[in-house]
Amino acid sequence: MHSYMVSKMSSKMVGSNNLAHARRMVQQLRVEASIERIKVSKASADLMRYCGENAKYDPLLMGIPASENPFKDKKPCTIL
Amino acid sequence: MNYWTLALTSLSSAICSIPFSSLQVQPQPDAKMCDQTFLAITFGPCDSCGLNKPLMNIYLKNEPINYCSLCVELMACQGLATGETIHTLKAESESLKTKLEEERAKLHDVELHQVAEKVEALGQFVMKTRRTLKGHGNKVLCMDWCRDKRRIVSSSQDGKVIVWDAYTTNKEHAVTMPCTWVMACAYAPSGCAVACGGLDNKCSVYPLSLDKNENLSAKKKSVAMHTNYLSSCSFTNSDMQGCDKKANVWDMRSGQNVQSFETHESDINSVKYYPSGDAFATGSDDATCRLYDLRADREVAIYSKESIIFGASSVDFSLSGRLLFAGYNDYTINVWDVLKGTRVAILFGHENRVSTVRVSPDGTAFCSGSWDNTLRIWA
Repeated sequence: MHSYMVSKMSSKMVGSNNLAHARRMVQQLRVEASIERIKVSKASADLMRYCGENAKYDPLLMGIPASENPFKDKKPCTIL
Repeated sequence: MNYWTLALTSLSSAICSIPFSSLQVQPQPDAKMCDQTFLAITFGPCDSCGLNKPLMNIYLKNEPINYCSLCVELMACQGLATGETIHTLKAESESLKTKLEEERAKLHDVELHQVAEKVEALGQFVMKTRRTLKGHGNKVLCMDWCRDKRRIVSSSQDGKVIVWDAYTTNKEHAVTMPCTWVMACAYAPSGCAVACGGLDNKCSVYPLSLDKNENLSAKKKSVAMHTNYLSSCSFTNSDMQGCDKKANVWDMRSGQNVQSFETHESDINSVKYYPSGDAFATGSDDATCRLYDLRADREVAIYSKESIIFGASSVDFSLSGRLLFAGYNDYTINVWDVLKGTRVAILFGHENRVSTVRVSPDGTAFCSGSWDNTLRIWA
């Protein structure tokens, strides 16, 4: 949507499109500068905690027995 | 930050489809997944001119404001009257960029893999191809799992969209699209329809019927015309690719681009949210995958090896987010330990580029689609 607005503006107002574009850039940067940030150490700790808490529910990580995984082949059985 | 799902009504009011652009959608963990979604564009009186029009939600001096598009243009050009020039704006722009870099650097106190040193290392992984789905006549471009964890829809360059039963490898439905390069396909949450699109510039929804004799093409509904080809579509639960080096995060309520990350050295081909929603991973033509944390507002990990020189086309997380599966253009799939940054497995099997990788809804397996015309289920 952002880039759509910019291209629409440049086709309408040829003279002031550079100004409008610059203004939008500044407003965009102000938004980005104003967001709250946390330290990487905290963010990493949270990611690790999420992995740890959910690891037991992750079949690809823990590996589940062949009998429970519909994709793994069961032991071959003979039909008598 | 609260990211809402993007929603779009249409004739069949089922899906959201987005043209080739860098857009991300947060999967809402609590929201009910359903085929019906709602229009999310505000319409009402403009805060500036008072007329009832479709509104853009923007921020002026950190205050949210609703202006119609004409008033936004007028507002943006009012700079001249208040003494702003290109120069002052450029100067402010540069100082804001520097400030942003400083702020981000201040919080960069440690690397993720350092914090993760105390985490137990993962054991040996034995993952093999358990099923091979053959039937497409040309490159497989996209695939999606059904919520029942056994059905898969895949689309191909030959214009065919096939629905498979992954347990038995039987084909349950096949639809021929009127165009080639069907680049996007998605399964409806209800399991009763599939959506797909490609060079025909629109997204079509096909209801799936159990009656084999029914002509599915006759029942299709067109949804969302675009001006460009459809590269990705989903039923409010997927992520959209970017076509440049930037990964952008959008607040769907305001339409505002709230965060932007530009550390990849080449095009980004795939973007996927981390299961908790606080981070996302990207796969790029620069042969690396990277992890970006949204709350730290920076890249926190790079997954790369000198021996990997081909681009990553598609990435997906395992259920806990500990593993990252990435498909590459050198025909392999690499499995990465997300926290430690190391590779835990490399999977061979495909005979051409891997174009798409998706973990099943219950996490018991993942499926890869390739330009070798096949799909493989790994577990």
